[in-house]
This record gives sequence, C-alpha cells and structure tokens, in this order.
Amino acid sequence: MHARIHPTTPYPPTNMALLEVKNLHVGVEDEDIEILKGVDLTVDTDEVHAIMGPNGSGKSTLAAVIAGREEYEVLDGEILYDGEDLLELEPEERAEEGIFLAFQYPVELPGVSMTNFLKEAVNSVREARGQDELSAAEFLQMVRERAELVDLNADLTKRSVNEGFSGGEKKRNEIFQLAMLEPRLAILDETDSGLDIDALQQVSDGVNKLRSEDRGFLVITHYQRLLDYIVPDYVHVMVDGRIARSGGKDLAIELEEKGYDWIRSSEGATAAA
Amino acid sequence: MSQSETEYLQGKADEEYKHGWTTDIKTEKAPKGLSEDIVRYISNRKDEPEWLLEWRLKAFRHFKQRIESGEYPGWAHLDYEEPDFQDISYFSAPDQKAQYDSLDEVPDEILETFERLGIPLEEQKALTGVAVDAVMDSVSVATTFKEKLEEEGVLFMSFGEAAKEHPDIVRKHLGTVIPYTDNLYAALNSAVFSDGSFVYVPEGVDCPMELSTYFRINEQGTGQFERTLIVAEPDSYVSYLEGCTAPMRKENQLHAAVVELIAHEDAEIKYSTIQNWYPGDPDTGEGGVYNLVTKRGLCKGDNSKISWTQLETGSAVTQKYPSVILAGDDSVGEFYSVAFTKGHQQADTGTKMQHLGKNTKSTIISKGISADLADNSYRGLVKVSKNADNARNFSQCDSMLLGDQCGAHTYPYIEIGNPSAQVEHEATTSKVGEDQMFYCHSRGLGEEEALKLIVNGFCKEILAELPMEFAVEAKELLAIELEGSVG
Repeated sequence: MHARIHPTTPYPPTNMALLEVKNLHVGVEDEDIEILKGVDLTVDTDEVHAIMGPNGSGKSTLAAVIAGREEYEVLDGEILYDGEDLLELEPEERAEEGIFLAFQYPVELPGVSMTNFLKEAVNSVREARGQDELSAAEFLQMVRERAELVDLNADLTKRSVNEGFSGGEKKRNEIFQLAMLEPRLAILDETDSGLDIDALQQVSDGVNKLRSEDRGFLVITHYQRLLDYIVPDYVHVMVDGRIARSGGKDLAIELEEKGYDWIRSSEGATAAA
Repeated sequence: MSQSETEYLQGKADEEYKHGWTTDIKTEKAPKGLSEDIVRYISNRKDEPEWLLEWRLKAFRHFKQRIESGEYPGWAHLDYEEPDFQDISYFSAPDQKAQYDSLDEVPDEILETFERLGIPLEEQKALTGVAVDAVMDSVSVATTFKEKLEEEGVLFMSFGEAAKEHPDIVRKHLGTVIPYTDNLYAALNSAVFSDGSFVYVPEGVDCPMELSTYFRINEQGTGQFERTLIVAEPDSYVSYLEGCTAPMRKENQLHAAVVELIAHEDAEIKYSTIQNWYPGDPDTGEGGVYNLVTKRGLCKGDNSKISWTQLETGSAVTQKYPSVILAGDDSVGEFYSVAFTKGHQQADTGTKMQHLGKNTKSTIISKGISADLADNSYRGLVKVSKNADNARNFSQCDSMLLGDQCGAHTYPYIEIGNPSAQVEHEATTSKVGEDQMFYCHSRGLGEEEALKLIVNGFCKEILAELPMEFAVEAKELLAIELEGSVG
C-alpha cells in the first residue's frame, strides 16, 4: 500500500519509476532487530524527495540499503530501479547504474589522491554506461568545471581523499563527486549535519545546480532548515521505520512548528483505530 | 562477506604464481653438500685469485665452528625449518662457459627468460637507459652499457670479474662493513658466494644512469648466494636497483645474500630492491624461498648518505635488516620499506641505524601489509653512541591488515648513549575497513580496484622513493599481489 504523496501528481506514475521501494523490511545481519518496518517510496527523475525524521527512525538505513551496504539484511519487500530488482546488484554495480550516495560521514583514504580516486571512479562508471574513457586532459577539464560548479577549491583534489578536510570541505567534496559521477538517483544522507549556515548554503547551492530533469534526489535530513535551501517537491516523515506521513514542501514547515511528536501521536491514533 | 565476494576470492586464490616456470638450460652444478673441497671447487671454477680463496676458507671455518657449536638464529618472529646445509648444491653455472662477451653469445633461452619477466635487454638498452647486469643463477650472463659507464670511470660488473680485474679495490673493501663473523648466514655467504655485482664510482662522478641487476633463482636445489659491493668515492652519487622473480619450486630454496655499501665523504648511495620470489604454495606454504639477507651500508665520510628502499612481496620467509652505520659527521641514513605478506608468508624485516658521528640523521619509514594467514614484523634498532652528539632519528612503522587471520608486529629498539639525541617513534596499525571499501564501492569501484587504491595510498611515501621507472613496476607488482587478498 503506497502512501499518498502529492495531491496534484497522478500516483502511482503511469510509466516506470526510477526508484520504487515496496514494503521494505530491513534488519541488521546476525541481529534480531528490525529497523525498517515496511517502507514504501517512489522517486522519479526531475523530483526531489526529502525524508525527515527523528534520530533512529531509519532514514540513514534506507539510504545505506539503497546504496548496497552489506551489514543490513533485507527481510521482506523489494527495491526496483528502472523496474529491475536493485537488491541483486553489488554496490559498485548500483553506482554504475547511476545511484550515488553522499555520505553523512565521508571516509578518509590516506595517501589516495582525490584525482586518482575520481579518475578510477569516473572511468569505471563511464565504461559501464557505454561512454568513452576520458583522456587526462578531458578529465582535468571536467574536474575544474565541476569543482567550480559546487564551489570547491580545486586544490583539494590534489590532496588525499577527505584526509585533513574540514567538515564543510568533506560535505562539498561529496557534492563534487556527485557532479563528477552524474548519477540518475542522488541520495544525500544528512548532508547538512555539522555545517554552519554559510557552509550549508554553499552545499545547497551546489546541489541546486545539479538538479536536472534526468535526475532524482532523495534528501535525508533531521532538520527543516536544509529544505529552505534545497526546496523539495515531496516531503516524507519517517518514524520508527515507517513513512508516517507524506506531503508537499509545506509538510516540512508544519513539522518544524509542531515537532515529531505531532506525527507520533497522530500515527499512534491511526494505529489504535 | 557476501557469497559473490567469497567466490571471487576463491577464484583469485586459485590463480597460480605468475612467474612460476623454469627455463630449460643445461647446467653444471656442484654435488650437494658443504666442505672445504666445495669451497675450493667454487673458487677454482671461478678462476679466483689466491687471496680470495683464503678469505673464503676462513669464512668457511668460522661457519663450521658456529654450526658445530649449535648456533641457529632463532630470535626473529619466524617459524620455519632450518635449512639442511648439506642438502644444498653450492654452485651451478648455465652452460659450460662461465662468461659472455656480448649479448650475441647469450643462449636464446636465457634471453627469453628475461623477456617473459618483462625485461628484454635489447629494449632496455634502447628505451630506458638502464644498465643491466643480469645474473642468471650464479654466473653473470650479460652486462650492458659498460662502455658508457667506463667513459665516466664507473665500474659496474659481476663480482667475479671485479675480483680478477680490480683486485685492489675489492680486497680493500670486501668484508669491511659485514665481516664474515657477523652472523651465520654472512659467514655462509662469504664461504660460498656465487656471484653478484660490483660497483665503483670514482671521486666527483654522478653515475649517469640507474644501475640495475635482475637476478633469478633458476636451478632446482641450488642455494643462491649473491655478494654485492658498492663503493662510492668522495662526492659521488649512484642509484642501484635489484629486482627479482623466481620460478615455482617444490623444495625450499635458501637465498642468503650479502650486500655491502661504502659511502665516502659527500657521497650518496641509493639502493632500491624489488623482491618477488616464489612465496610457496598458498595453501600449505610449501616450496617458497627463504630470503635471509644481510645488507649494511657504511657512511664512512662526513656528510655522506645511504638510502635503502625496499618492496618485499615474495619469499616464504624473509629476514633482512638493511642497516646504516653513520660513522661520518653529518651523515644521513634512510630506510623506506614496504613488506607485503599473504598466504603463509612470513617477514621479519626492519633496519638498524647506528649513530656514531656527530649531527647524524636517520629516517625509518616502514609499511607492513598482511593478508590471509601471513605474519609481518617490523624490527628495528636505533642506537646512538656516546660521542654521537645531536643525533636525530624519526621512525614511523605502519601496519595494515587485510582480513582477521593475519598478524602484524612491531619491535622497535632504541639505545641512547648521548643525552643530546632526539628520537621519535610513531606506529599505527589499521585494518582496511568495511567503511573504506564501501565508500569506494559506492563510487563504482570493484573489490580489486578499491584495494589497489587503498594499499597504494598506504605505500605512497615508499613508492615515491623508488626510481621512476621502477615505481611503475612496483605498483604493478603490488596490484598483482593484491589480487585475491581481501579480508
């Protein structure tokens, strides 16, 4: 059963959606815990979906499962990507197919230069997508352009991946990688966490420039303020492993005013009924 | 670990050692066993001067004495069966003829061997400007670029030739850095050494090219005992690289080399090693090379410098501590090492920096990588003697574990005899994390690509120390080694 997500958009979409999450139940490998308890969500290109929710509600787990993190176990349900079973694919294959996850905590790779890392990554996804490998000159040109687009100091690309980067630089570096890898589905996992208002604005500007009719976004955040900058088409509120409510961008504002307890109590009321 | 990952690893693990084959050349070898007669036979076969035979015999008697007193160097973090010294043949020469005057005389099989190793001499001659003194088993088979070096007065030849052609220089330096009494294997090498390289750089000369020796253990049951001597006269510079691969073998092969470096005033010697000998059966560890080497450099003159750089990926057992004696004032010693062990490989390697002169400086950067069931130890000594004012040392030992059944150990020893010394030591151990791997995967990088990047990053500082041409080769070698080594 899908939640009704937007009053004016026909739902479900008539053609095949980019991402369809159906009744997804997820636990942790070797542990008797259920984190996602039946999530339904459809994201299409040219759409920005925000998922909000309190800590521990399962937002980041959803992001990790879509990207293919192995420590999670899908107990029930399915994820379709272009109508195909996404759960069959290895994480690197998902990246090749156009799924990108901007990490909440970007990982440091000591001694691995950004340039090298990106070159391998870009050429790996390009090859999988049937595009030609970039020449060194083309690649560097692309690095310059995309770094400028997301307002990243191109000198950072000469350093080791995320090593010694400030919090803001790490997050902008994620958006820079998004720009380089040109995904069809971009997932931003709490990209706003740990950023001051200036950094938040810079990161958001980068994301907004990357919005496109060929690309869908899933923006995961704890706070409404990110959505002032990255204005979503749809907002979903996740509580206790389920999407408790969906709506337009106004839902985020309402949520900011009333707090998550408002959803919890109405959710409780629904469950009791 | 997912099912597909396990299958992938299994497939990789089943790949055979890439350089595991032998060349079919007629060889002439000494009967197995070690005695004074064998030492005389070797010396005679090599047509050596009398003084060298005498020196060998002294070394042999010393070795015998140590063996009879029951000595066995068992202090390292290594577990292997002591070689049976009487079950080894101590001399073998390809074909009847011991020396070749030109490449034309070299048997085709030997040239093919080098081609399969990716080092065609002709091509190297033309393209890379690297002189290669190729040691196949015990006798040098080809030396290139000799003429060009001769113009500069640089002597680069097999040890055997040098003993005959330049006896004064050899005699003056042989055993002065590593006396045959140094350790059991140095004594054995001094008695039966087969051949090796000799380099002499005259005063004020910058050696115009990288000097390189590729050697290859190629005879079943033959121990190989290289002897290398490099002398850099005042204000000279030389960079030397040894790199090796060995064919697949059933029984263990003992390799006990001795390398002596001597740097006079203002001279610099850079010595780089890529070691890729057969590591033994990946499941049982059987048949791999025992690589027990003594390497030491003497910074004899003031302001001299010796650098050791090594990439150790092969052998069943590796035990070596390329060291520097910092005798001259303001002299500098460096040790840069990557040791990669997988399967059942064991490595106990490190360095000794002995500060004797004033204002001497040493740097130690060691990177150990272990996978599968392998064990990897860093063992190092920094010793500052009483008169070594203002000595400085910086040591950094990093270990990386791929998987959870391998081991990494660090044994740093520091002996300070002078209060002005400044000694720093840093050590880290890290496990290639699921986080790092997942991060790479999420950017479209597969298992192997991701590991290659992470490990190359880990070793970056060391690879940067290798001469350019070999850094590329080193990366490739690491990549080959990494195939199928994921935890």
